[in-house]
Amino acid sequence: MPESTVRERAGEAPARETRKLKYGEAVNAALARVLAELPETLLYGEDVGKPGGVFGVTRGLRRRFGDRVFDTPISEAAILGSAVGAALMGARPIVEIMWADFSLVALDQLVNQAANARYVSRGTAPAPITVRTQQGNAPGACAQHSQSLEALFLHVPGLRLVMPRTPQDAHDAVVAAVHADDPVIIVENRSLYFGEKAEVELGGPARPMGWSHLRRPGRDVTVVSWGAVAAQALEAADALAADGIEAEVVELTWLNPADMDAVLGSLARTRRLAVVHEANTTGGFGAEIVARAVEAGTGLDAAPVRIGAPDVRIPAAPVLAEALLPSAAGIAARIARMVG
Amino acid sequence: MDEMRRRLADLHAMWRIRALEEKVRELRIGAEAAVVGSVHLSIGQEAGPVGACAELGPDDALFATYRGHGWALARGVPAEAIIAECAGRATGINGGRGGSAYFTAPEYGFYGENSIVGAGLPIAVGAALAGRFDGTGRVAVTVCGDGALNQGASHEALNMAAAFRLPVVFVCENNEWSELTPIEEMVGEPELWRRAAGYGMAGERVDGNDPAAVRAAVRDAAARARAGEGPTLLELMTQRLVGHYIGDAEQYRRPGELDRAREREPIARLGRELAEAGADPAAIEDARTRAEEEIERAAAAALAAPPADPETAKDHVYA
Repeated sequence: MPESTVRERAGEAPARETRKLKYGEAVNAALARVLAELPETLLYGEDVGKPGGVFGVTRGLRRRFGDRVFDTPISEAAILGSAVGAALMGARPIVEIMWADFSLVALDQLVNQAANARYVSRGTAPAPITVRTQQGNAPGACAQHSQSLEALFLHVPGLRLVMPRTPQDAHDAVVAAVHADDPVIIVENRSLYFGEKAEVELGGPARPMGWSHLRRPGRDVTVVSWGAVAAQALEAADALAADGIEAEVVELTWLNPADMDAVLGSLARTRRLAVVHEANTTGGFGAEIVARAVEAGTGLDAAPVRIGAPDVRIPAAPVLAEALLPSAAGIAARIARMVG
Repeated sequence: MDEMRRRLADLHAMWRIRALEEKVRELRIGAEAAVVGSVHLSIGQEAGPVGACAELGPDDALFATYRGHGWALARGVPAEAIIAECAGRATGINGGRGGSAYFTAPEYGFYGENSIVGAGLPIAVGAALAGRFDGTGRVAVTVCGDGALNQGASHEALNMAAAFRLPVVFVCENNEWSELTPIEEMVGEPELWRRAAGYGMAGERVDGNDPAAVRAAVRDAAARARAGEGPTLLELMTQRLVGHYIGDAEQYRRPGELDRAREREPIARLGRELAEAGADPAAIEDARTRAEEEIERAAAAALAAPPADPETAKDHVYA
């Protein structure tokens, strides 16, 4: 029988400490923690072992943890499929898909395999894998390295998904995901890896999935956002405040489970809703947030607004991409129209 | 066990699968059918599971395909639980969630059928990989059809298993039909086992209608795997005597093909060989009747069980 849900933990949660870390360093620290804490963890993917990852996120971990950290062939189906198989045997594999776009060649293993394992076996053979990937546009990235694909995964019951934006959330997401008994996809963003250092609290018990942040209070409109573009939403809120519009910004770190209580609680105060994501608007998770808000019977004083990429492919030239992706100015202008 | 008793045991084990499949077919056909949906029978392919499962230990992990009833039964899953699963009963091995084509029984080392062609190969690689760290010394055995070797995931799995010298036995049941299409028209090299050399692993073509030949090949492959010598690709040559699925009109069959296949099919063949070797005719007959009686009892018990409970349909999506 698989033992993944009953195996004794290696020991107590590591003691709390605070360090100043960049986003990528925070992920690294969290991976080091779970590798030390849970002997059933494995960490692997393309170039994650000896090279330490194309973004350096897994640097030093092979040296520290040996053969449990290793490189693989360029074979996403084998990476994800072997993670499912190892998890069925009681391991806790943490695998990296270098770009979210690359997961598309291996979706079978996530959608048909990982997501079904627990359900079909009625809990006796779950596949608690952690998949780390990163997505979104960065200057010069081509159309096959720029997509924001979270909605594809969020359509699939059985998969959890988290999109951390800050170093603390990036750290906590890894710890929570690896401790969780569900398959979890962590969607990072490469534009954040080398950002500013921030105080990150390490150690302590894993947080339960599903947290969000009320980043900014405001009475006029609720702005729900996630991922790197939430920074633009916050910048837009500052700009709106200068014009007398107080936007309340709810950042959903987790999209499954999503903290709808936070969203609906805010809406009860503001009665206006804008969702901001980098993904294409059509079929985006923003549409789901709007639908849930409406279904919850929330009375709205204005038609809700979805702000995302238009239904266009993402071009490589920065000047072209900038014309499509949500910007702080564009977000602020759209929200001002709604509120005004 | 002496050779004669061993072969009689093989005959009985194959009859159990045959009787199970015949019973599932009976339950699938007709207006009052207890089994609905797509069902893929393994009639004619019984020697593979019987030979291979004889070589597996309790820690080993078996991954099968949607044509997997026989593999489950040979691995020890009770017939009643299989039939109940096919019939959507609460007592089915997965309480009706898997159905004929996607059930799993980890408590028997049977990590499931798979309805996605080729998907089981990478998963088995992971089971073997985990065994490298958890101290079980597990061998992972993954079954696929001939057509599955043309899936990209299969290639990735074969390569990764070879690159890491993982203890995997890739068992390809070549029944000559890639669903409804001849495999030989879908490959440049119809001897599929030859691909093994390209991956840097051992490979062998095996008489897949002879349980003793399958057993010997799997024993050698598992021994190599346990010795750290890496994976093996076994190509079991066999034929299915029935359609790809129940209801398949089989218009693609060539003239005389099934007549020839019936002469080679494993149960009739082993029965003939045992008779020629001087086995007691009553023992040969007993191998069949015991199997048929077991399956009749299993089916009666399975069908007497209540249907799966709709109240539970939303359970176990998440931990």
